[in-house]
Amino acid sequence: MMRFGLVWVAAAALAAPPIVIRNANVLTVTKGRFQGSILVRDGKIVEAGPKVLVPDDARVIDASGQYVMPGIIDPHSHIASESTNEGSISVSSMVSMEDVLDPEDIAIYRALAGGVTTVAVLHGSANAVGGQSTVIKLRWGRDARALLFEGAPPILKFAMGENPKRRGGTPSQIPGVTVTPRYPASRMGVEDVMRQAFLEAAAYRDAWRQYEARRQRGEAALPPRRDLKLEPLVEVLEGRRLAHVHCYRADEILAVLRLAQEFHFKIAALIHVLEGYKVAREIAEAGAGATTFTDWWAYKVEAYDAIPYNAALMLRKGVLVSLNSDSAELMRHLNQEAAKAVKYGGLSEDEALALITINAAKQLGVDRRVGSIEPGKDADLVIFDKHPLSNYARVLRVMIDGEFYFDRDRDMSRRAELEARKKALLERAREREKKQAPSRRRPS
Amino acid sequence: MKRVSLLLLLAAGAPAAGPPSVYAIRGARVVTVSGPVLEGGTVLVRDGVIQEVGTNVAVPPEAWVIEGQGLTVYPGLMDALSSLGIPEAAAPAAAVGRTAARATPAQPAPAQTPAAESRPAQGPEDRPSTTSWVRAADLISPADRRLETARSAGFTTAVTFPQRGIFAGQGAVIALAGERPGQMVISSPAGLYASLTTAGFTSFPGSLMGVMAYIRQVYLDAEHYRLAKEFYARHPAGNRRPAYDRALEGVLEAPRVLLPASRAVEIDRMLRFAAELKLNAVLYGAHEGHRAAAALKKAGVPVLVSLKWPERERDSDPEQIESLRVLEFRERAPSTPAALAREGVRFAFYTEGISSPREFVRAVRRALEAGLTPEAALRAFTLSPAEIYGLADRLGSIEKGKIANLVVTDGELFQEKTRVKYVFIDGVKYEPLPEAPPEEAGRPEPSGEVLP
Repeated sequence: MMRFGLVWVAAAALAAPPIVIRNANVLTVTKGRFQGSILVRDGKIVEAGPKVLVPDDARVIDASGQYVMPGIIDPHSHIASESTNEGSISVSSMVSMEDVLDPEDIAIYRALAGGVTTVAVLHGSANAVGGQSTVIKLRWGRDARALLFEGAPPILKFAMGENPKRRGGTPSQIPGVTVTPRYPASRMGVEDVMRQAFLEAAAYRDAWRQYEARRQRGEAALPPRRDLKLEPLVEVLEGRRLAHVHCYRADEILAVLRLAQEFHFKIAALIHVLEGYKVAREIAEAGAGATTFTDWWAYKVEAYDAIPYNAALMLRKGVLVSLNSDSAELMRHLNQEAAKAVKYGGLSEDEALALITINAAKQLGVDRRVGSIEPGKDADLVIFDKHPLSNYARVLRVMIDGEFYFDRDRDMSRRAELEARKKALLERAREREKKQAPSRRRPS
Repeated sequence: MKRVSLLLLLAAGAPAAGPPSVYAIRGARVVTVSGPVLEGGTVLVRDGVIQEVGTNVAVPPEAWVIEGQGLTVYPGLMDALSSLGIPEAAAPAAAVGRTAARATPAQPAPAQTPAAESRPAQGPEDRPSTTSWVRAADLISPADRRLETARSAGFTTAVTFPQRGIFAGQGAVIALAGERPGQMVISSPAGLYASLTTAGFTSFPGSLMGVMAYIRQVYLDAEHYRLAKEFYARHPAGNRRPAYDRALEGVLEAPRVLLPASRAVEIDRMLRFAAELKLNAVLYGAHEGHRAAAALKKAGVPVLVSLKWPERERDSDPEQIESLRVLEFRERAPSTPAALAREGVRFAFYTEGISSPREFVRAVRRALEAGLTPEAALRAFTLSPAEIYGLADRLGSIEKGKIANLVVTDGELFQEKTRVKYVFIDGVKYEPLPEAPPEEAGRPEPSGEVLP
């Protein structure tokens, strides 16, 4: 009994005290809005409602007049990584963003300042079959492994259209540089590359099954060579890895939906999908998600036939829709992107906020953990000074797993100190350079 | 007795007799590294090996005696990662010494990298940027003029690697002098040099993650190759023979692999990568090792610290405002050795090319000014690299039986005023190149005079 008590005391001393955010306008996204408090303990939301009992040891944060929403989730970003495309080959599924995470990318901190807490770091769209994407939480200041969203399902990126076929036929645009053309050169070629990759993966899976069978019969057998390119594709075929597909045009959206049907897997998210409004019913019937922009288009031919009503129209047809940034800058004001979907398409407050929270969480397979303010979920919260769908709203604080990773006041107060530090370092560097300047001239 | 004096006479008088084989440095300050410093100590060298060391060593009559008054004897320094002795590896500018760059004759391209690939690599199966079977030991030439510059700075050994490509090749521990290439090699293969370089966007791998995926696949393939060969040896009948793969042969024979990691993020990444692939890894670069010392200690991975401290590029835009992070990276890099020493991480230095002994001492002094003790610095040039490469039983300290590689100075090593008087390599005495004229002179650098 005594020992039990000691252990309990030790554990309590180690754990951070609970936090209560009170008097806030709480936008839960899934359970409407209320004025009240949120109790956070051990990184989780314990209670949320108009009346929450404040524990004695709680740290109380008064949010009178302020708004709290779930941390924003960006399902398509390229921040926090040291490479984006393995652009050399059309099937590059052996590469993984997890290998090249850069936890010191300043874009992480800037995204936090925009209220983002969870991000899918995606491989680029240079190849028909791209690379393995990684879902991270923006735990700024921690190492690469600590960024990983533990338990998030793995993702493989695919790409349709102009990007993967770009290097197919056109000679190099750079004078003096010869670039060997790369298959495919057409949209049908892109589809063919994907199909061939899946067929190869299926054969690889069969080879392993045959080996296992032989081994179980007690026969001497050499295991097949492990192929890191095909393993992620096998996982997609078996539903153990989510498929995200970069696409723009209605025809290729349909093409990739058919391909997924042919190989019996679901597409968790069609990315960009600017012509999704034309085939929204088909997307909904296929059970695919869609993640789009509100008013970013016309940057290439396949991105011309776009309208700002895309998100709303797809949503009304029953598609699981989210918004994404694909940009370290746009990422910092995804709340304003959600607000545009209110103007264009008349979404409700909850529907608009869902585009950047719970819907994105579902597309990433992490909706049981994040995306709304509900007891039991991760305490990933953003405190805005005004309603987040207002253009004037600013992020005051951002919490991930019950810890504050961004605090506007703290940021402002540290700026002078950082500036002074930088000045001192520049001065020292200048002195060092002066001391080391070569007094010897080079031989002429 | 008579015979001995005859020998002495021969050694002194007849040039045909070759260099003396017995030396005694008598009454010097002997910094053994492995044991206490001996004041008034004597080091006796015979046939390339340290025969005796102590304060009470009888000097045989056949020995050539160097009076050690005012001299200090250290173990010869070791450059823990270099291309010394591979003349073709001499790149212009940064990596190469001033004298060497000029003196290196034009030679045909080395056999260490295959001719430019005619077709872009389509995947790991094409073994891109891989020459893991190439051995530095087979590329060594005593004619590499950079050896003289290195000796003049007190270096007697180096670990030298082919350095082009992802799996560049097998290193060798070499003595920095010798009549023939084979005599220079102390140990081979010393390890596989790996880098994370890409072959451009259009040939696999074209990105850092592609390189990592490639390395991962190669280690999986190597394991499978080993299994396949064993399987075929047991069941040759009715089974297809595994194809010979020189890239995997090279990977399998390497006793250790050198991985690049300079920033803390890279050190963290490579430590995890090495653990995942179960590599016997050594990290090189390590300029932000001061932030990762605890992790390095925990992983038990040794580190080679580059003495080429990061600086702003000479011709960079003076108007460009650099980030706090970049400025801090440069400012703190020289504090890495001290931090590693405090944490008890095994580390050694490498120079990335010595332009002159003076520049070398300056680079070491940056680390000393940032808190590294001279003793720890010396160890990182002697016993520590010997331990990292598994050669502490023959190199790295002044002990009876070890290879007679010594540096004799007129003062404390790593002091700007100190001059190297002699180096001994395999018991053979070398004198340093004449000093370049003092900087203050401000006149054009003489181009021919520094070379003998």
